[in-house]
Amino acid sequence: MSMRPLRVLALDASSSACSVALWQGQAGCAGALSGHYEVAPRQHMRKLLPMVDAVLSEAGITLDEVDALAYGVGPGSFTGLRIAAGTAQGLAFGADKPLIGISTLAALALQACRDGASGQVCAALDARMDEIYVGCFAVDSASGSPRVTALDQERVIAPQHLGLPEGSFMAIGAGFNYLDRMPEQVQQQLVLHSKDVEPDAREIAQLAALELAAQRLNAPAEVQPVYLRNNVAQRSTRGPLD
Amino acid sequence: MRVLGIETSCDETGIALYDTEQGLCADALFSQIEMHAGYGGVVPELASRDHIRRILPLIEKVLADANLQRQQLDAICYTAGPGLVGALMVGASTAHGLAHALNIPVLGVHHMEGHLLAPMLEENPPAYPFVALLVSGGHTQLVDVAGHGDYRLLGESIDDAAGEAFDKVAKMLGLSYPGGPSVSRLAEQGDPTALRFPRPMTDRPGLDFSFSGLKTHTLTCLRQMDADNALTEQGRANVARAFEEAVIDTIVIKCRRALEQTGRDRLVVAGGVSANQRLRAQLEPALRKKCPTARVFYPAARFCTDNGAMIAYAGALRLQGGERDSSGPVVTARWPLAELSPTTAPSSEHHAHG
Repeated sequence: MSMRPLRVLALDASSSACSVALWQGQAGCAGALSGHYEVAPRQHMRKLLPMVDAVLSEAGITLDEVDALAYGVGPGSFTGLRIAAGTAQGLAFGADKPLIGISTLAALALQACRDGASGQVCAALDARMDEIYVGCFAVDSASGSPRVTALDQERVIAPQHLGLPEGSFMAIGAGFNYLDRMPEQVQQQLVLHSKDVEPDAREIAQLAALELAAQRLNAPAEVQPVYLRNNVAQRSTRGPLD
Repeated sequence: MRVLGIETSCDETGIALYDTEQGLCADALFSQIEMHAGYGGVVPELASRDHIRRILPLIEKVLADANLQRQQLDAICYTAGPGLVGALMVGASTAHGLAHALNIPVLGVHHMEGHLLAPMLEENPPAYPFVALLVSGGHTQLVDVAGHGDYRLLGESIDDAAGEAFDKVAKMLGLSYPGGPSVSRLAEQGDPTALRFPRPMTDRPGLDFSFSGLKTHTLTCLRQMDADNALTEQGRANVARAFEEAVIDTIVIKCRRALEQTGRDRLVVAGGVSANQRLRAQLEPALRKKCPTARVFYPAARFCTDNGAMIAYAGALRLQGGERDSSGPVVTARWPLAELSPTTAPSSEHHAHG
């Protein structure tokens, strides 16, 4: 007896890229992925829903047939994270589906292993203001469905202050444009995979499928962006008549 | 037609449900005033972060209050501008995602049209035509409203909005944000004969406003009093009184001129500053000196400031005229009210796509 496949629809707008992907498969299996990915700075709000339609119609399904939605909760562009959050929350709430939040750094780490490799990955994004968003992961692609385990806290940090857990790491993401500012010890631990990649909804869908299989699901309103950088405003210290 | 209205243009998340047959079914608001108070004004990034936290819970509350399921919504409207772009994008994205899933029409609405139509939600709404004074922390505008969607800008502030001037003077006086209520409270204790501040731009024709010079005058006056050791509690109250009277007098004079110029006798006053008691006390009597039939209309107190009800209402009128967002969500920081028309959707010029 064949079971109806599980389906996750994932959105990402965390960088200059905009992407939507669909994962279909049985719980615990590799599943099938389809998706659209486009570098479209400042056009995410307009691009996301047409991409959703395209991905669903190419798979011959409707939103109702999706079991859960997911989006890249960050870190990344604040505005982009909220565009993805608003769109995904609206879709999930309207369609009465659960929503899953996936780290863009974890997605990037998995992307380093698209060729089926396993190992330790350090994912880093450019946080601007001379800082990076960074997190280290163990990626296991050996089994049917890849596992990504966090090895440290995701954080925003100046590259010269970066420290890594033990061992060597594949380095992925635009954060490694600051590679030469990182401590010598860190540089020795890193093997550069790629600097010019962005998070993609394909990996977000894959990671969300694991959450769906484990029934770790949330009501749409609960799945909020994760900015990492939270000191975004200065309290005024000026005197009243200065 | 049951229309969900979403307002996220500045520092209030406003959600409401308006039924074109039954009227307003429910409305809910979360104000971020306390969050921004420590910064002396609205911090755009913090505002956006809060909108995305509040928007779905407020939608759920409004649906529950109206005893409706999401599937019973017929359309969604959101504020498309003018306002803070990042904040507007939260409402626009959520509105479009929700409308897409529900397969219902969605439309971006002009924030100021929402304000000027807000008195239409009251028991005795004004008939067209009328003049509207839109006066808040972000805007000070006089608009001639010949009919729905037929708007002509008569005058506006060339610098600070009236509410913004109140905020800045509150800061100078060491008072809390928002400045309107706190300055007015202190002004109650002030001696009206102690100081007299200029009434900016009332000595020349025209309906534009300017409050920046008055703000500077206030600062200069406070600094002088400080230097003279005269900045007592009474001194500060006198300054608050002189400032408030100057702002209110200026507004009243311009409103009277606007009615004279247009030949209208109805004035709609909306926006946060319309809650000012001195303004409310002076406005109608002053207008009637020149025009005995003059009448002033205000929205309900809770719809003077930003809210979802005015967006649901303004949007419902346009949805009934067949308007829709045809090419996805659109937001725009600057969007002149006069660009609107009774039947046409907003043009794509001036609009930023996120």
